[in-house]
Amino acid sequence: MSVAGFSPKGGERVWAAALIFPTMVGLALGALGSIVATIGLSFFDWDLFTTPELVGLENYTDLPGDRRFMRALTNTLIFSAIYVPGTVILSMLIAVLLNRQIHGKSVFRLIYFLPVVSSPTAVGLVWSWIYSKDQGVLNAMVTGLGMEPVHWLGRDLALYSVVVVNIWGAIGEGMIIFLAGLQAIPKDVYEAAMLDGADRVRTFLRITMPLLIPSIFFQSILSTINAFQAFDYVYILTQTQGGGSTVPTLVFNLYREGFNNFRMGNAAAQAVVLAAMIMVLTLIYNRMQKKWG
Amino acid sequence: MSNAHLLKPTFGNHLRENWIFYALLLAGSVIMVGPFAWMLSTSLKVPGDQFDQRLIPQRTTLENFALAWERMDFSHLMWNSFRIAMLSTIGQVLTCSMGAFVFAVVRFPGREVLFVLLLATLMIPYQMTVIPQFLIFRAVGLYGTGAPLWLPQFLGGAFGVFLVRQYFRSIPTDLLDAARLDGASLLSIYWRIYLPLAKPALAALAIFAFMTSWNDLFAALIYLPSDLEKTTLPVGLSLFDRLYRAQWTIMMAAVLISVAPIMVAFFLVQKQFIQGIAMTGVK
Repeated sequence: MSVAGFSPKGGERVWAAALIFPTMVGLALGALGSIVATIGLSFFDWDLFTTPELVGLENYTDLPGDRRFMRALTNTLIFSAIYVPGTVILSMLIAVLLNRQIHGKSVFRLIYFLPVVSSPTAVGLVWSWIYSKDQGVLNAMVTGLGMEPVHWLGRDLALYSVVVVNIWGAIGEGMIIFLAGLQAIPKDVYEAAMLDGADRVRTFLRITMPLLIPSIFFQSILSTINAFQAFDYVYILTQTQGGGSTVPTLVFNLYREGFNNFRMGNAAAQAVVLAAMIMVLTLIYNRMQKKWG
Repeated sequence: MSNAHLLKPTFGNHLRENWIFYALLLAGSVIMVGPFAWMLSTSLKVPGDQFDQRLIPQRTTLENFALAWERMDFSHLMWNSFRIAMLSTIGQVLTCSMGAFVFAVVRFPGREVLFVLLLATLMIPYQMTVIPQFLIFRAVGLYGTGAPLWLPQFLGGAFGVFLVRQYFRSIPTDLLDAARLDGASLLSIYWRIYLPLAKPALAALAIFAFMTSWNDLFAALIYLPSDLEKTTLPVGLSLFDRLYRAQWTIMMAAVLISVAPIMVAFFLVQKQFIQGIAMTGVK
């Protein structure tokens, strides 16, 4: 990294400090301070109205026995196990398809990107209409094939139906990341492979894939962070009458505990666990990338 | 890659060689566009016709839009969403570009460490910071107002600072040196040289910030009262869903009204926006 720029003197130091001040406040209070505060809160029992009570590690030790939390954890893990490879593979595939001399490239790119800019709440409602048990278009197709209508958002299938929507909504962003990665590959590498008589599949496996490893890891990290924070589509598609969900995820559970039931300490402990899991996974990805990249 | 492109093939040849790629891309496009087409189709149907499973409505009406607008109190919801998104955008563009400028141009001890620390915060889930934030906003009496949704956007942010800094660093340092020789101050270099040159990056950040705020559900659920006059569009839609369950024609009209502004904005600045996303993927 170059040390571009200049060292300000005198009054200019004040200006430089002023310009960076909001960012530093955000970093110190918004990010680092909040972490300390959340960790601190996680040692207390507090419902916002009575005085907080120090309970030590109880909020954490209670979690494995908390059926709701464990269910949310299981759901989130299954969700991630499908969502991360699904998003990475599909968006890479589309990027590879688009990264050639193809007509209408920019139209395709636009189409695949459309769900990324649309509000998950709004589009989630469209999906709940598509998935609708009685009159939904998906079940119209299913019954058209002579099968029984499927309860897409029922207990058994809701998790998978929601993952599909989440992947659908995320492919466009991944595609852009991979297109950027593909464009960074020098053209002469391919020309050399062509001269050696390598076919398309071998060129992809031997040249494109290895050179895309940084993008693959970047996209995997991004997808993992997103998967662990899945909320919007879950909230819209699976919410039940009583404010619960047929497939609560970690963030959904945290939202309910913290902001509906006002169990702040408990919610804080869940947030810490969530952040820790994301951090551990990111570190694992980084290790793997160092080894293979 | 085949050598076809070296020979400048005719379109027929091109299609024969590549039909499989077009077929795959088209199939994918149908799945991507399908829900949007279904939304539009349903919103134009006469109530009762939505169950006919036709993509092209047999009878069309605009009644659903009028009903949705009336029942949902869209004018309040739109204004609340717009005000918060606009303030968030101003906050992000202003403070991120300020921070990015110092990180890109000013040499100071600990700069690289601080920057890495800032980037590391990208890993921190929002849920980790929202509880203390909630408590603070509640303590100072801003709970229930829009402030908790836009005020934090005036404190920079790793994504925006990174995006703009990358762009600032691609500006030749000769310009900076020349301006320095002319005796330009730090502030005027930021305002007169760097900001105007970084318009593409700023546009990308602006639409990103606007979109994030416009689409945000979680923060609005937490901070704003759940009534149509005070909340934002996403929460409004979810309330509407509970009130008018299964009235799909009106529902889809409401959904269309709420995604339209962001779609228009996206079409206008798609190039900068997509470039912005691409920039974050390349180190």
